[in-house]
Amino acid sequence: MSHPNKKRLRRSMMFLNCQKPGLIKDPYIYKPDSIMLDLEDAVAENQKDAARYSLFHALKEIDYRGVERVVRINGLDTPHWKEDIRVCVAGGADTIRIAKTESAKDVHIVEEHVLAAEREFGRPEGSTLLMAALESCKGVLNALEVCQSSDRLIGIALSGGDYTKDLQTTITGTGVELMGARQHMIMAARAAGVQCWDTVFTNLDDMEGFEKETRMIKLMGFDGKSLVNPRQIAVVHKIFTPSEKEIIFAEKVVREIDDKKAKGIGVFTVDGKMIDIAFYDGAKRTLAMAKAAGIYKGDL
Amino acid sequence: MEIKKIAMAGTLESSDAQITVEPGENGIELTIESSVINQYGRQIRKVVLETLERLDVKNARVTVFDKGALDCTLKARVECAVYRSNNMTENLPWGGVIR
Amino acid sequence: MINAVGREIPEEILKETGKEAFKGAYVYDNYEYTKAAPTVHAVCDPKRSKLVESIHEALVKCGVKDGMTLSFHHHFREGDYVVNMVMEEVHKMGVKDITICASSLGKANDPIVPYIEDGTITGIQSSGVRGKIGEAISTGRLKNLAIMRSHGGRVRAIETGEVHIDIAFIGAPTCDEYGNMRANGGKSDCGVLSYAMADAEYADKVVAVTDCLVPFPNIPASISMVHVDYVCVVDEIGNPAKIATGAAKPTTDVRKLMMADYCTQFVINTPYFKEGFSYQTGVGGASIASTISLGKIMEERGIHMGLGLGGITTPMCDLLAKGLIGKLVDTQDFDLGAIESIKSNPNHIEISASEYANPFNKGAYVNKLDFVILASLEVDVNFNCNVVVGSDGMITGAQGGHPDTAAGAKCTIVIAPLLQGRIPAICTNVTTVTTPGETVDVVITDYGIAINPRRQDLIECMKDVDLPFCTIEELRDKAYAIVGEPDPVKFDDRVVGVIEARDGTIIDVVRKIKDFEFED
Repeated sequence: MSHPNKKRLRRSMMFLNCQKPGLIKDPYIYKPDSIMLDLEDAVAENQKDAARYSLFHALKEIDYRGVERVVRINGLDTPHWKEDIRVCVAGGADTIRIAKTESAKDVHIVEEHVLAAEREFGRPEGSTLLMAALESCKGVLNALEVCQSSDRLIGIALSGGDYTKDLQTTITGTGVELMGARQHMIMAARAAGVQCWDTVFTNLDDMEGFEKETRMIKLMGFDGKSLVNPRQIAVVHKIFTPSEKEIIFAEKVVREIDDKKAKGIGVFTVDGKMIDIAFYDGAKRTLAMAKAAGIYKGDL
Repeated sequence: MEIKKIAMAGTLESSDAQITVEPGENGIELTIESSVINQYGRQIRKVVLETLERLDVKNARVTVFDKGALDCTLKARVECAVYRSNNMTENLPWGGVIR
Repeated sequence: MINAVGREIPEEILKETGKEAFKGAYVYDNYEYTKAAPTVHAVCDPKRSKLVESIHEALVKCGVKDGMTLSFHHHFREGDYVVNMVMEEVHKMGVKDITICASSLGKANDPIVPYIEDGTITGIQSSGVRGKIGEAISTGRLKNLAIMRSHGGRVRAIETGEVHIDIAFIGAPTCDEYGNMRANGGKSDCGVLSYAMADAEYADKVVAVTDCLVPFPNIPASISMVHVDYVCVVDEIGNPAKIATGAAKPTTDVRKLMMADYCTQFVINTPYFKEGFSYQTGVGGASIASTISLGKIMEERGIHMGLGLGGITTPMCDLLAKGLIGKLVDTQDFDLGAIESIKSNPNHIEISASEYANPFNKGAYVNKLDFVILASLEVDVNFNCNVVVGSDGMITGAQGGHPDTAAGAKCTIVIAPLLQGRIPAICTNVTTVTTPGETVDVVITDYGIAINPRRQDLIECMKDVDLPFCTIEELRDKAYAIVGEPDPVKFDDRVVGVIEARDGTIIDVVRKIKDFEFED
């Protein structure tokens, strides 16, 4: 059986530099779904060791109040990742984000070391979840095999900066350069039954652009977005939280399908819309998301 | 553990502490400067000394410039400085003497 | 003896000052007293000029001598030059034992510290002090007790004669040769002269100090010539860049925005939020953000503020300009937008500090407040606030209108982030009580909101409101769980200052700070 938290709500995944005590001491105040404690790019090369001690004590001693604690470890092409995995597992991180994933093999290598660490530090085997950041054309093209690589894998995240460099273009703000990767990744994730997250939006002064991009990736099917600042959380939650109208409709759909199924009716209408069994899962998801956001108290 | 060379960890940013360890011969010689010394001086000293004791550091000159760091940060900075003074960055005893 | 907020006030301090210990925020209601009066010199010869060549000449003509009390205002904030230039001259003249009675003193006045050390200045009475003067008092270098009074309390002390001002030096952005002072125009525009009005009326001698002499008559005057003995023109009375800056950019700090949002939600769910309500707020990021978000809701719901009060910032003026505020009643301007507004908007009006907050006049503006939004360095589990003494024991802030507005408003809201670095804002005992908890209704932090149990009515009306309510003890416990319980700061026995309640009783004392030492 899969880990119970494998499919938890992950609309907002906020990066935090592990080397900054002021940042990691109480980010739960902003109520992100997940924090991503960063050992990789945010930490200078000569502070990689220092960040691990901070991470360990933060994981052990700070009560993150139910916020998922993801740790981004250094890439497999660096001398740091093995010790990163040891400290994550020893500290009890919920999830490890693998940087620069290119293939299922990369996930397997990390998985092997995670398992060894779980045994070394006496943590339940399989308790540490994994997510994979795809940062290259090869990684994006291998999205499906990555998604299917491990039962620990909760999903894949696009890392737009490195990916566009590999594409030999830049982040334009129009989204045109990321179109293919986004479509491909979300299809792969859905095909494998895992989650999928969009890349960061780094221009904090352009909140309008951020909101537009978030609306777009929601429509594309993404589960959420990687974030760089607490300012972005409320926007994402607003967009990823179903409206009252959507909740009422979803509730009707679920009730009607349950009712009509019992009566042997396959197709019927709700509020003038043709409904059949294919709507069931979507409506259930809407209610689950509303429940997680704390705005639906019903029993469906 | 022996302090083999001078080593430092941490920054002077708010909520952080900068900790320096140097080889010494007369037990632990601890100097603390803190922006919250009046309210937390006792607690800072306790955490630093306990952390050194766990790491089995018997002789060292230790300097703390504290800017309101929490206990977890103080521990992390002491440990980092001590292991740096021994050039150790891998296979560390997480959950062992580091806890 | 132990006063009404549980503070030990040493008997010898009560004896030395002749003051009583604090008994409660409203026990002096209906108090009868005779107002003090200054001893003045008539100016009936039209040939006599009030102009003097220098501060030195003004001091000589005013008959400055050892032991006098000199008063100042703080409308020039961190750009003030007047206190420093007058005290430098006093020092040069070898006069000793001066008491400064200022509406407030800031870091701009650091240069007077040597005069504290050499005995030129032996007494300080102020709303508060920051910077090096605070350190000088806290380390016991001021000879006499420092007295900290609220803005309302200061006027009360002047009008009752508790403090008698011998010479008032009033910095004026513009002035004519007969002493009509205005706050607008000139090089050092500060918007209003509210805090100096009582000084003008109650000091024996009044000197206008200006860097912009204008033709007679300079009217309508904030302070009239009928109170003024001498006019002294100097090169600069202040640094305009530090007197008023452009409006602060609205904060993007999510923590502050969150607290601002909590505050606005609280305000609009009280019964006081209705057409014609009255409101005062401060200059902190969260206060300003809550003014902005409240403005949006006022616009949506078509609710107007009848009275906006206090120290004024641009966001309040924006609401006035939009027609969302009836009258903006002003005692201090914090930015250029506020100064511009009072010049141009007829509904933006200057009042005296007495009208604003004096508890012993026949009713001050603060009594008519529905809401006041305040900040605080510390709040304890009895809702007592400390805005003067830092958690490290050093004097570093000012009472301002904090105790006055808290006592007056129907709903007093204090916004404070739970932690400042490692220092918890919510604690078991504040370092020093400056505002009694009986006048504080709600504390809003980033970790939750506590309503004073004395306000069961507010608790009742928030029953179905979706805000993170908890008890004040829970807030303290959350803070201590994160940062550890702070050790009490070690003080010397010597009292260096008293915190006066608005009514002139002693609400707390400030003791000399002790150098930190490990006990073992």
